[in-house]
Amino acid sequence: MFRKKECVAMLLAGGQGSRLYALTNNIAKPAVAFGAKYRIIDFPLSNCINSGIDTVGVLTQYQPLELNEYIGNGQPWDLDRAFGGVHILSPYQAKKKSSWYEGTANAIYQNMNFMKKYNPDYILILSGDHIYKMDYAAMLKAHKETGAACTIAAIEVPLKEASRFGVLNTNKDGSIYEFEEKPKQPKSNLASMGIYIFTAEKLYQYLEADEANPDSSKDFGKDVLPAMLNAGEKMQSYRFSGYWKDVGTISSLWESNMDLLGVKPAFDVGDPDWKIHSRNPLAPPEYLGNDAKVSNSLIALGCEIDGTVENSVLATGVIVEKGAVVKDSVIMAGTVVKKGATVSYSIIDENVVIDDGACIGEDKNKNAGIAVLGREITVAAGVKVAGGQIIDKDYKGETNNG
Amino acid sequence: MANQAVGVIFSNIHDDNIPELSHHRTMASIPFGGRYRLIDFALSNMVNSGITTVGIVTKNNYQSLIDHIGSGKDWDLARKDGGIVLLPPYYDENEAPYTNRLEALKGITGFLNRRKEEYVVISDCDAIARVDIADVIHYHESKHSDFTMVYHEEKGEYHSSYFLTLDPDASGRVKGVKINPKLKKNEKFNLYINIMVFNREFLINIIQDAVTRGLSSFGRDILTKNLDTLKVYAYKFDGYFAGINSLEKYFQHSMELLEKDVRSELFGARDIYTKVRDSAPSKYTENAIVKNSLISDGCVIDGTVENCILFRGVNVGKGSVIKNSILMQDTVVGSDVQLDCVITDKNAVIRDRRHLAGCETLPYFIAKGKMI
Repeated sequence: MFRKKECVAMLLAGGQGSRLYALTNNIAKPAVAFGAKYRIIDFPLSNCINSGIDTVGVLTQYQPLELNEYIGNGQPWDLDRAFGGVHILSPYQAKKKSSWYEGTANAIYQNMNFMKKYNPDYILILSGDHIYKMDYAAMLKAHKETGAACTIAAIEVPLKEASRFGVLNTNKDGSIYEFEEKPKQPKSNLASMGIYIFTAEKLYQYLEADEANPDSSKDFGKDVLPAMLNAGEKMQSYRFSGYWKDVGTISSLWESNMDLLGVKPAFDVGDPDWKIHSRNPLAPPEYLGNDAKVSNSLIALGCEIDGTVENSVLATGVIVEKGAVVKDSVIMAGTVVKKGATVSYSIIDENVVIDDGACIGEDKNKNAGIAVLGREITVAAGVKVAGGQIIDKDYKGETNNG
Repeated sequence: MANQAVGVIFSNIHDDNIPELSHHRTMASIPFGGRYRLIDFALSNMVNSGITTVGIVTKNNYQSLIDHIGSGKDWDLARKDGGIVLLPPYYDENEAPYTNRLEALKGITGFLNRRKEEYVVISDCDAIARVDIADVIHYHESKHSDFTMVYHEEKGEYHSSYFLTLDPDASGRVKGVKINPKLKKNEKFNLYINIMVFNREFLINIIQDAVTRGLSSFGRDILTKNLDTLKVYAYKFDGYFAGINSLEKYFQHSMELLEKDVRSELFGARDIYTKVRDSAPSKYTENAIVKNSLISDGCVIDGTVENCILFRGVNVGKGSVIKNSILMQDTVVGSDVQLDCVITDKNAVIRDRRHLAGCETLPYFIAKGKMI
């Protein structure tokens, strides 16, 4: 082989994200907006390019239109390359067989030809539903040093939450002796982050075997990783201690957005040494009017604010009119909060109109839950949307609902 | 329709009007409006009218311009055919670099000859205006004009090292042109705003003719002397126009962006393209008080900001009060600073507890990278 890539990344972006309810009615989870100007997929893509990995296959399945359009030719991430770059890999029809991706392992298996084209030594498997900054190059270095067949990135989580994850039971040297997928009684608090580096030949071998196994559910966590461990392959954990958040639920998506606020935020998207690249919308600078009161918030370009905004994240082109109040909320691009309307403890999707005096959500301290408005809907003037309510159609109040 | 036109932008002409800001850069790359450079307005007008080939004529100090333009992809002008074409001055031992617009045009006749478009749109970078170039071309075609000059009706005095006023008749044909006229206080005049449309072949012919006859000024030697024989038409531009021809005007017109009507005309209907920098969204802390201001991305505001324009990546420290000021990219303001009517150029640093003030007609200017 004359030209090759040492490491090719495969990004699993086909998930529906059903626990995000109205936010993923029409888009795949990795395309969900985050942090005023980003989308979830910006984080793994930026991590790739910042780690020197310039060949990324993005496997899409559920509602891929917007995601495909967003990724485009990859130029915003510097992933428009003559050899390598970012490629959308959708399920396809083959001569003998055609099928949707049946599981994470099957999705990668079906794109074996894509990976082999680059003759890589290593394959990095990523998922498109986490917010984090991670140097994959350091993980790759560790993988090479240990000579493992597979290295799994792992993070310590509170023990009581460990049963939501794949749990790694490791020896002192970090090698894995047991892998439990979502165990009821976890033996350790070391959770798999769903980030794997495989030595390429090993991956091909076990994917072939998994595909031939009629009893397999074709999933990395449930099938491939346990099979490798049982066969005595060297499996290594790679400790990660930075910020890492699964934003697969309404509350975790809200929390992660809030983690961006403050002078010393829990998660800093403005770090000049680890830039988060994204497709930049065209918009003028934001304008704050004479009646604007904005504190502890993140505001994107193109916003026009003449009301009060507190502890909130506002994406491109959001309008908050005079007398309107936005508190403890995440508002996505193009939404308008009209005069005297209030939005508390809510996630509002793109291009929503909240008409005069409407009242969305309840104060965070009332523990009523996060109110969610799906994209492109209108909430009529003066109408109240209760805390925790999820609405994905135009709304004129309880009597007209549904 | 306008893909029948090729654009030519003069990046350096009028540099001498704002020595403070054009000391290290071309007129074209002077920052404006929080995240733009002056050339973005001229370029976006062309791109929004469907022009896909733009030659940018440079002379000196054009490093920052090249950095800004890059491959042209941010204007959708990274093209196989055409796109952005940088045209640096051509000279050798026999020939000095150009000193006037005619010589500059002569230097780009090769570029103009190779193009196939019927028209050439020429624009300078000293104007903030959303001119619909496609409409100007349409007008030019309908008048069967040799060339068409765009003007804006102004009133009162006007200061620039070089400017033209036009006197069109009822049909729009230019009957008179004045160079640097003395203007009375409330006198109305038709200011030529340095945007012109030519038939490409006609332009090439008059350049060649001017060169063989040793002419040096387009305005004085060609335009004013041939109004009877040339079919020169004037296109009236009715929208918002801001001529950037002094630091005072720069300050005044920047502050006009705080008016809603001006913003919606400049940014509303059509996009203005500019280089993207992948800055984070701006962060407002619990101490932030921001009123009547335009804030670009990447800023962190921990103090008070009123009637200001903040460019990308500006930091305002705790306890600082910034009023009526323009802070350019990556300016760092420490804590307990007070600024009033100040313009900082890029990367300026204002240390804790400094109090600085200018006035509207003479803003206090802090040069690029200076620490105070």
